[in-house]
Amino acid sequence: MKKTGTSLEPAAGNGLLHRRLFLAGGVGAGLATLGGGAQAEPLAIPEWTKKPGAWFTAYGQPSKYEAKVGRGVIVEHNPLYESGPGSVRTPLQFLEGMITPNGLHFERSHNGIPDIDPEQHKLLIHGLVKRPLVFTMEDLARYPMTSRISFVECAGNSGALYAKDAAAGTAQALHGLLSCAEWTGVPLALLLDEAGVDPKAQWLLAEGADAASMSRSVPLAKAMDDALVCLYQNGERIRPSNGYPLRLLLPGYQGNMNVKWLHRIKLTTTPTMTKDETSKYSLLLNQGKVAQFKFQLDAKAVITKPSPGFQLKQQGFYEISGLAWSGNGKVAKVEVSADGGKTWALAALSEPVLSKALTRFRIPWHWTGQAAVLQARCTDDTGYTQPARDVLIAARGNRAAYHNNAITSWSIAANGEVKHVYA
Amino acid sequence: MSMLKIAAAFVLFSGTAYAAAVETPMLGKPISPADLAPWDLSIGPDGAGLPAGKGSAKEGKQVFAEKCAYCHGAEGQGTPADRLVGGQGTLASDTPVKTVGSFWPYATTLFDFVRRAMPLNQPQTLTSDETYAVSAYILAANGIIKPGEVMNAKTLPKVKMPNQGNFFIVYPGNLK
Repeated sequence: MKKTGTSLEPAAGNGLLHRRLFLAGGVGAGLATLGGGAQAEPLAIPEWTKKPGAWFTAYGQPSKYEAKVGRGVIVEHNPLYESGPGSVRTPLQFLEGMITPNGLHFERSHNGIPDIDPEQHKLLIHGLVKRPLVFTMEDLARYPMTSRISFVECAGNSGALYAKDAAAGTAQALHGLLSCAEWTGVPLALLLDEAGVDPKAQWLLAEGADAASMSRSVPLAKAMDDALVCLYQNGERIRPSNGYPLRLLLPGYQGNMNVKWLHRIKLTTTPTMTKDETSKYSLLLNQGKVAQFKFQLDAKAVITKPSPGFQLKQQGFYEISGLAWSGNGKVAKVEVSADGGKTWALAALSEPVLSKALTRFRIPWHWTGQAAVLQARCTDDTGYTQPARDVLIAARGNRAAYHNNAITSWSIAANGEVKHVYA
Repeated sequence: MSMLKIAAAFVLFSGTAYAAAVETPMLGKPISPADLAPWDLSIGPDGAGLPAGKGSAKEGKQVFAEKCAYCHGAEGQGTPADRLVGGQGTLASDTPVKTVGSFWPYATTLFDFVRRAMPLNQPQTLTSDETYAVSAYILAANGIIKPGEVMNAKTLPKVKMPNQGNFFIVYPGNLK
C-alpha cells in the first residue's frame, strides 16, 4: 500500500490501519488506493418517490426489510411447561452504536414473563429497618429520578468459550446475553433511608414477583452506592420481559442480580444463600473449589463487524467495529489484532465513554485477501486487561460456566468466511 | 434592620433551605410484621422464619413422584430439568455433575427454593409439610440424612451439606 504521510502506515500487522485515519482528514490521495471497482449503473427515479407514502402508526416498528434483525429463532418451549425458564439474545452483529433497542434487549427468565398490573404491583422494604414500607408504582413515579446508561450482561454470557473446542456461532449466539440501555428510576439509597436502615444490616435480599420469585442477595454497600429502582428503559416504561413495571439496576453486576419484576427488598445481616447464588451463578474452579459472590463483570471486548455470519466479498477496506465494557469502570482502551494477537493497534473509542456502559470501538483495516485472525482486548480504567483464553482457562479450568471474559478470536478465511476459533 | 434581626433572618433562611435539601417524598406506607408475613418467604442458613410443619423422606417420596418426577426423573436423575441426586466426587473431574447432593452448600436453600418456585407449573402450592417432606426425600436420596429422619424448623438448618467447605466468597474482592 502507498503511504500518504504517516496516516496510511499500518498500525499493526496484517493490514490494521491507524484509528484516526478517517478522523484526521487529508488522506484523500491515499484513499483512492483503498477503494476501486466498477462503474455504477445509470440512475432511475425510484417507485416510492412517485406516490404518497404510508400514514402514521401509534407505535413505530422497524422496516420490514430488517426482519432478520431479531433475538434469534424462538424455539418451542418444553411441552411439559406453559413457558418456563429460558433466554433470547441480542443480535450484536446487526447493531451499531452503544444502545440496544428495547425490542432487542436480551431476556432471561427463570419461569416466564409475568403479566403484572402496575396498579396492583407493590414494592415492600422490610427486615432490618426502622419502618417497613410499602410503595405503589404511583408512589414511586413521584420520587426524584436518576438516569444512567448501563450495560446488563448475564453471568453466563460467553460461557461457550470455556468449551474445549471453539463453538460455531455468531456474535449473538456466543456473546448476545449482553445489552445496554438508558435506565431511569429512583436511587435505592433514598428509599432505604426513608425506611431507616438498622446499622446491623450488611446485605439485602431482592426478590421478583415472577413465578420463580427470583431472589438474590446484594451487599448493602452496592445498594447505597449506585443501585436504581428503575421504571424506564430507553425513555419508555420497562418492557415486560425486562422487568415491567419495576426492576433493580446494579451497574456492572451479574445480570440476574438486576432483579426484574422487583417487589420485595429485605435487609439482613448475612446473605440469604438463595438457589441462584449458590448452586447457580457460582464458578466451579480447579480442585472442586467454588467461587461464590463474584459480582462484577470484568472487562471484555467483542468484534461485532466482521463476525461469524459475515462474508467478506473482496479484499480492500473494512471497518472493524465492536463493543467493549467493564463492570469495574470505564473502558480505558481497546486494542485490536489482525494476526491472532502477535501485534496490536489501538482502536478509536466512540464518545460517550461511560462507566459500566457499552463502548463502541472502531479501527480501519485493509484486508489483503489472505487468512487473518481478528481479536480485540479491553483494558479498563482500573488498569485491568482482559486475558487471553488460555490464560483464563489455566487459572479457572473449564468448568466455571460463568464470567468468561477471555479474548475472542474470529478467523477470516481466504474466501472471506468468518468463523469463531481458538487462537 | 438591626444586626440581630439580620442574623435571625439568616438562621431562619438557612434552616428552611436545609429542611428543603433533606426533604424526601416519604410516600411509602408503613406495614406491620403480621401484614407483610405472607411475602416474607426467604429462609437463610440459620433457618430463621422456617414455618411449622414436618416431613420425612417416606412422605416426600410420594410428593416427589406426583409433583417433581415428571421434570426431574423418577429417582431425581434429571432431564429435562436439573439432576438432583448423585454426582459426589465428580466436581474436580472433566465432567462434573452438580446436584443438590454433590454441590449445594446449604440445606435451607432447598426448602427456600422449593417453597418459592416449585413445581415449575404450580409454584407456591406445596404445603409446609410437603415442602419439608420433599426436601427430606432429596437429602436422603443423596445419603445426606437417614431415610427416616424428620425435617422441620429445628432439624433442617442443622443438616451439614458435604460440599459446603469447597465454597469461598469472592466479594468484596475479585477473582483473578
